[in-house]
Amino acid sequence: MNDAARLAQLAISPSGFVFDPHTGGTFTVNATGRLILEGVRDGLGLAALTRHLERRFAPGGADLERDVLEYVARLRENGLLPAGFELH
Amino acid sequence: MTDRPPYVPPTLVRHRSGLMNKMGVGPVVSSRSSVAGVNVEALVEAYGSPLFIYDEQIIRARYRALHNALVLRYPKVALAWSYKTCYLDAICRLYHQEGALAEVVSGMEYRKARRNGMTPGQIVYNGPHKDDQTLTEALLGGARVHLDHFDELARCERIAEQHGCRPAVSIRLNLETSTLPRWDRFGFNLDNGQARDAVRRLLAGGRLRLTGLHVHLGTFILDVRAFAEATRKVVAFANRLRSERGIVLDTLDLGGGLASRNRLRSQYLPSDQSVPSFAQYAEQLVDGLSALDYPANELPTLVLETGRALIDEAGSLVTTVVANKRLADGRRGMVVDAGVNTLFTAYWYQHQLVPTQPTSEPPEPTMVYGPLCMNIDVVGNNVMLPPMAVGQRMLVTPVGAYNLSQSMQFIELRPAVCLVRPDGTHTLIRRREVLDDLTRAEVIPPWLGGGR
Ligand SMILES: Cc1ncc(COP(=O)(O)O)c(C=O)c1O
Repeated sequence: MNDAARLAQLAISPSGFVFDPHTGGTFTVNATGRLILEGVRDGLGLAALTRHLERRFAPGGADLERDVLEYVARLRENGLLPAGFELH
Repeated sequence: MTDRPPYVPPTLVRHRSGLMNKMGVGPVVSSRSSVAGVNVEALVEAYGSPLFIYDEQIIRARYRALHNALVLRYPKVALAWSYKTCYLDAICRLYHQEGALAEVVSGMEYRKARRNGMTPGQIVYNGPHKDDQTLTEALLGGARVHLDHFDELARCERIAEQHGCRPAVSIRLNLETSTLPRWDRFGFNLDNGQARDAVRRLLAGGRLRLTGLHVHLGTFILDVRAFAEATRKVVAFANRLRSERGIVLDTLDLGGGLASRNRLRSQYLPSDQSVPSFAQYAEQLVDGLSALDYPANELPTLVLETGRALIDEAGSLVTTVVANKRLADGRRGMVVDAGVNTLFTAYWYQHQLVPTQPTSEPPEPTMVYGPLCMNIDVVGNNVMLPPMAVGQRMLVTPVGAYNLSQSMQFIELRPAVCLVRPDGTHTLIRRREVLDDLTRAEVIPPWLGGGR
């Protein structure tokens, strides 16, 4: 199964409940986390994800790029993204 | 575009059975924005962060609760405020206003108590090191001096001889209970006969009067039966002193050691399920006293030197998030502006850490650590916290006991301390330290540019 097919199988509910049928693991993500996870699933890259967050939230002084990169690393660590996954 | 919600960093929490509690629900994070009815943000605005906040009402209420629990069960009771637990003068004076004596363990603490209006007779003087000047002052003034070892006994006799008087003293006992670790470095051992030797020696010297017995079992004692056991042993000893040697004691001092509503690092159960109430402690302490073979009008005064349990819940620390990061193991790390330099008790306790702002964001296990460049500087190891932005604050509780007296001027200066009054007003009781506080005692020699 390729990366895209695995990602497509993730069940992400509007309330932030995430089920990974591949491992049986369940997670809770907040609204920001859900946007990033859905964006990654839909094939967005780093720049597009950051723009997406900027449109949806008032970022204040937050470093969105750093947050996205860190979050993707966490998704990888938790097996929600394949080990070799990199944002384009 | 002001209708966009504020940005919150992304969170991800993996559901694990280990994170569920026995009720089968996930961790719930609350928030708390005020202390004693006063908004924390307003206090930080007035006094800065980090900030210790003491609640006067809790201080007075806890004192009265313990006193009441005891006098309900025994007619003659005195509480001695254990200075080392928190010796800010304002705090000590609150206890003295409530009627507390002072329990001190050094010349510095003795002088503090005197300055706070205590007469020598209102001071209980403990500890293995009593300097000559203070010991002399205490013996001549009629303080309650508790002898710790034979060398001290001999010193007291010399002082009595020099000044031609026969001062009153108590002896400190240590003893074995079935459940507690032994604190046998302090005082004379009751189980192996050392205490009897001390009495024999004291009577043979003829220069001192024995008027009391003292025992302090340890601290944060969760097992109330240990107090009953200790009391029974001390009472049996007192009875023998009276029947065999005609010694009538005026004081039985059973020390401190009552636990506060805190949770040791090693402790599984939360404090509300493990910490006995004052009534439970009092019952065990006083139960043993019923075996005292004394006429009712000659009963000795029961003294307790409680520290921790009186003050811990009255103190909170506000600290501010200065950075967020991911640790190598994937956990969230949060850097705050108060570390173990300020919060010494973080070594022993799993304090409660809650944000001051309410949030519906899911919590995740977080390592909270302070500004010291040291691995030991951990305020909370695995605390469930929601995402918190730089500049947001959290309250650490209960932290009223042993922090201000043990905090260090290490890397950072010490924060301010304020007191909130029952009417909601607040006042500074120790200002934030400045560099001169640290360097005042230093001397720079002339060849390094200092003055003469
Ligand atoms: C002699 C003595 N009395 C009283 C106390 C106060 O103990 P706590 O704070 O556990 O009540 C101590 C503390 O170690 C002590 O050494």
